[in-house]
Amino acid sequence: MYSFEPTEEQQMLVEAVGKYAGNDLRTAARDAEEGGELSKKLISKGWEIGLLQASIPEAYGGFGERSAVTGVLAVEEMAFGDLAGTLAVMTPSLFATPVLLAGSEEQKQTLLPKVIEGDWSPYTAALIEYAFDFDPLSLKTTATLKGEEYVLNGEKAFVPFANDAEAILVYANLDGQTQGFIVEKGAAGLTIGDEREKLMSLNALPLYRLKLDNVKIPAANRLGGASGHDFEPILAALRLATAATAVGVANAAFEYSLNYAKEREAFGVKIAQKQAIAFMLAEMRTEIEASRLLTWEAAWKLDTGKEDAFTDAYLAATGAADMAIMVTDRAVQILGGHGYIREHPVEMWMRNGRGFATFTGLAIV
Amino acid sequence: MPIEFEAPKPIVQTQFVLKTVAVEMMRAHSRYFDEHEHESPWDYIEFMHTAMKATGVGSLAPKEKPSPPSPLPEGEGGGDEKKEKRPPIAYQALAAQIEMLAWGDVGMYLVTPGGGLGAAAVQAAGTPEQKAKFLARFGGEKPTLAAMGMTEAGAGSDTASIRMRAVLDENTREWILNGEKIFVTAGDKALTEYEQLGRGFIVVWASIDPAAGRAGMRAFVVEAGTPGVRVTKLEHKMGIRASDTAAISLVDARVPYDNILGSPTVEKTTTGFKGAMATFDATRPLVAASGLGVARAALEFLKEKLAENGVQIRYGLPRQKLTSIERDVIEMDIMLRSAWLMVIKAVWMADNKKPNALESSMSKVKAGDVGTKITQKVVEILGPLGYSREFLAEKWFRDAKITDIYEGTGQINRLVVARQILGYSGKELR
Ligand SMILES: Cc1cc2nc3c(=O)[nH]c(=O)nc-3n(C[C@H](O)[C@H](O)[C@H](O)COP(=O)(O)OP(=O)(O)OC[C@H]3O[C@@H](n4cnc5c(N)ncnc54)[C@H](O)[C@@H]3O)c2cc1C
Repeated sequence: MYSFEPTEEQQMLVEAVGKYAGNDLRTAARDAEEGGELSKKLISKGWEIGLLQASIPEAYGGFGERSAVTGVLAVEEMAFGDLAGTLAVMTPSLFATPVLLAGSEEQKQTLLPKVIEGDWSPYTAALIEYAFDFDPLSLKTTATLKGEEYVLNGEKAFVPFANDAEAILVYANLDGQTQGFIVEKGAAGLTIGDEREKLMSLNALPLYRLKLDNVKIPAANRLGGASGHDFEPILAALRLATAATAVGVANAAFEYSLNYAKEREAFGVKIAQKQAIAFMLAEMRTEIEASRLLTWEAAWKLDTGKEDAFTDAYLAATGAADMAIMVTDRAVQILGGHGYIREHPVEMWMRNGRGFATFTGLAIV
Repeated sequence: MPIEFEAPKPIVQTQFVLKTVAVEMMRAHSRYFDEHEHESPWDYIEFMHTAMKATGVGSLAPKEKPSPPSPLPEGEGGGDEKKEKRPPIAYQALAAQIEMLAWGDVGMYLVTPGGGLGAAAVQAAGTPEQKAKFLARFGGEKPTLAAMGMTEAGAGSDTASIRMRAVLDENTREWILNGEKIFVTAGDKALTEYEQLGRGFIVVWASIDPAAGRAGMRAFVVEAGTPGVRVTKLEHKMGIRASDTAAISLVDARVPYDNILGSPTVEKTTTGFKGAMATFDATRPLVAASGLGVARAALEFLKEKLAENGVQIRYGLPRQKLTSIERDVIEMDIMLRSAWLMVIKAVWMADNKKPNALESSMSKVKAGDVGTKITQKVVEILGPLGYSREFLAEKWFRDAKITDIYEGTGQINRLVVARQILGYSGKELR
């Protein structure tokens, strides 16, 4: 059957996330962006909603089961508040979800409780590399098996909270396959950039570059154990998060510009009464809906193990990236000169909006 | 029910059957009817009538909700008790059927017997008695068509300014209609007496009180054979040539009092106009579905030709590594799938009796865009193969454009969406 109704449980979760997104994240967003910092308290509050914890079975210290559909619903709602804040709250998922999806039984037993029990703590992952043609399926960072150890070499970019991470899941190219490797804090040969990444947006999120210079990892630290793992399901979950956050940010920009257009007057009428503005809004809403449904379907396919789930996650993320820049650009346009001024949030969302083509690797559902 | 995207089994099975129909009865004759405008695909019409009588497939007149229009092949969704347990899927089934038939040939789909927009209007604005009276004929001996006439030479998008007039003759208790409708899809087959067809009708929108504006608009069922009703012209079109598009003149045409759909009294409210709008909420996603069928045909054809020529689409690569053709195809996949999901959501809402004016118009906006963009792109990428009449790509390009025009142009549907999201009336946003 087709159905477009979230379960009651999902609705409650989304509602809780929505409150946090609106009351906390959104309120703090501008200062966080300008000051380059998200308070620990703010992140902890988001963590306490328990999105990650609820996606991990009891056996590993959680209290639920993973569902990509629930994930995209929740993440969209949180990103509606603020993207940087969302990515910060969700950073430990970058480590835990791949372990849940692809880790060996032993890795799940030992690692997952550490991440999810107690307060938010910086576990993270490193996928993105600093190259214009960055491709998660053919990484430049390499892993080579030498005796009982893997040796990692290369550079990673945009790694959230790398500076004080307890452990980092580093993706590297092992014989042409993308594989995850768990790199512990202070591993020899691992250098974390002194300075944070300086990007067009996400100033509130501490992102770092990593250098891996013959970093030696025990063979047991390969994600999935000796035989490794499939990367596709992880990549699909990363892409779905990109899509869902893009929809959330676009929806924020849409709603803000819609409300503004109903207040702002020009030539004796509200600007929303002008078709040039009204049609932009109609198209924004339509394209948001299109991306949202594509994302939901891909998430549902992932949950139900459909053959084309991975392709669909790719399509959802690709479509959402286009949609997000279109929608956020128009939101700025609708506010005119005021949209360009940092007193309104739309310019920040437009800077976010351009990023979704690049952000895969910064969030996972 | 939780969020789910599994096409209901009865729909999948019907699709399977309809695909054969689409290939054998439609595609095979697409070019012929494109090149012989105003000839009628009688074989298709008769075949569909027989098939529909047996199975309900392709019926455009959903029966009383919530029971589905039984488009279900034998063995599925049969017994009544079963039906009650299942969520209603009548509109979903209809949208899926229409998409598949349009994938076959959208022009031919438009002459599918079963009532079309005329029956949809009766369904949306009629009383239970009227539905029983006017819709029964579609299950009769001969294939029968109905049509809907809103548009006039001087009133297209601006439906409220139609000039067709209906006056009540108090003596005979008949309505007398005067005026001219244009661009009536299947108007000829609904009104002209063909040996092959049963007696059809056209739902004519008219004003019973011009001073009342929208509140005075009403729909009338005008039966074939009514004196004073005449098809005056058949249009020659860019595409969908298998479908007749008629101009119809009504001169002192008398119709029985009870043929007025809904309420005959003019209230201060805009009941009449709302009847028309309710029809559109129901039919827009269906029209969207037909446009997407054409788009899918074109995109699949393109992929076939690319594959034949050894061009692969490498899904999963970053944009920067894709060729321009790969980017185009991937973008078209995204457009087509998301547009289809919007149609499904709109009809799912209709099935579940949720107000869907917003979703319905959004699906039409999207399908209008997607249908034209995809078919245009396919012709472009195929080069001479796309432009040549040796293949159907160029025809699909011509066929697809109508999706963005009828049942509310892209602009009109944007207006509807904008009013919905802004909470504006037609006065506040014109
Ligand atoms: C093949 C075919 C089949 C058809 N079948 C039927 C049928 O079965 N029954 C029926 O009743 N009609 C039918 N139509 C008519 C169709 O619905 C109308 O053509 C359509 O609604 C547009 O009306 P119009 O052609 O008068 O264009 P106009 O209304 O004159 O519009 C011209 C342009 O102006 C734009 N425009 C108009 N108003 C506004 C506004 N307020 N804001 C912004 N832009 C605006 C339109 O979008 C369009 O781009 C059919 C038409 C065709 C071509």
